[in-house]
Amino acid sequence: MTSKAAISIKGLNKSFGDTSVLKDISLDIAPGERVVVIGPSGTGKSTLLRCLNYLDRPDSGTIRVGDLTVESAKASRSDILALRRRTSFVFQNYALFANKTARENITQALITVKGQSKQGAATRADEILRETGLIDKADSYPAALSGGQQQRVGIGRAMALDADLMLFDEPTSALDPEWVGEVLDLMRRVAEKHQTMLIVTHEMQFAREIADRIIFMSDGQIVEQGPPEQLLENPQDPRTKAFLWRVSKVAVDPY
Amino acid sequence: MRALDVEYMWDLVPVLLGYVPLTLFMALIGMFFALILASLMAVERVFRVPVLDIFVRLFISFFRGTPLLVQLFLFYYGLPQVLAFLTTINGVTATIMGLTLHFSAYMAESIRAAILGVDRSQWEASQAVGMTQTQMMGHIILPQATRVAAPTLVNYFIDMIKGTSLAFTLGVTELMGATQKEAAGSFLYFEAFLVVAAIYWIMVEALSFAQRHLETYLNKAYAR
Repeated sequence: MTSKAAISIKGLNKSFGDTSVLKDISLDIAPGERVVVIGPSGTGKSTLLRCLNYLDRPDSGTIRVGDLTVESAKASRSDILALRRRTSFVFQNYALFANKTARENITQALITVKGQSKQGAATRADEILRETGLIDKADSYPAALSGGQQQRVGIGRAMALDADLMLFDEPTSALDPEWVGEVLDLMRRVAEKHQTMLIVTHEMQFAREIADRIIFMSDGQIVEQGPPEQLLENPQDPRTKAFLWRVSKVAVDPY
Repeated sequence: MRALDVEYMWDLVPVLLGYVPLTLFMALIGMFFALILASLMAVERVFRVPVLDIFVRLFISFFRGTPLLVQLFLFYYGLPQVLAFLTTINGVTATIMGLTLHFSAYMAESIRAAILGVDRSQWEASQAVGMTQTQMMGHIILPQATRVAAPTLVNYFIDMIKGTSLAFTLGVTELMGATQKEAAGSFLYFEAFLVVAAIYWIMVEALSFAQRHLETYLNKAYAR
């Protein structure tokens, strides 16, 4: 599932009421690039991801995925559908289809959206379930799975879509600490396939290890970005420094 | 006080049971159409289609706001006077129509509430994988809403079974009408209505039994 399409975001703005959450965000992502977004809570990181597949509709801005260009001012329903079909999304709260088994969670979109045969979709789902270590849970419903297992199915569902851009919205934030490792491991495996990934996370160690580039966001803006070593060890902006100092303090002394 | 004529009651049972199929027929057909109509109206109410929304709200308001008996009289005795093609409508058809429209109004509101009760994550996940609205409703939202709405819908079905007895007022000899005729012949009103009450009761209890199985089935995805 090597991604080939380049991603280009230009002038993205989003407000909720009077609160401006995204301020003129522009960002290019190369095919296969792994970009991690960090920053304080409530600075628009999740909103940025949700605007990229129109779960939240941007007020203005252009999103380009390969040859598909979606301009918020005139985005039609079919534009939005096309954009969603070139991206995939991993939710913080997993958001598995509650009425579908683990296998069906993966096959559902392959059948209804991509028009694959039931047989073909099931074969693909079982490949993914094997890869995520969940083949013995194929017929389990989400309610019977642990948080870590649910999130691995959630990632598997997104992997199956073979999208040009995989979006991860704090995929480990809702997990009990004991399940975080298995989810991060699976994300590492996804990354090895040169899948283009845009990840919002608070796992700094993981970010350092997986990212080609880290973006620091604050107050709806991209404050600073660069390779992990540069951004984490030699931040330029005082807001980046303050944030990194706070998280490092938490890491050393959690209580 | 006189003794119950038990023998009369026993003899009456098979006679009245012969009318149970008609009662169930009216209720089942009514429920079938009411479910379809109610689901369509519920989905409309969730998405609020312009203009159509006004008509749906008016429809629900009217059929919830007036008695079933008034609606039945309106269809059977009233409408044929203004709409000539309805003059041939028979009592059974009018009853089914009345039950359908009346209960669809109630059921639309329960289904709408059940749809809105489906967790936001389910809508977002459906959208994120690229489903159209129709696919999202058909594969994810409505199946989950069904589980929530099922107990209430079965309740309406129970109410509908009992509502078929109003067909008697349109001159249909169904379970209630037949009982009335039998009682008028024998003058044993207490015995006759006791038997018919028991028949309705047993039908509803059988349905409640089926309901428990239905709920177990619908809940199978949610067992931990």
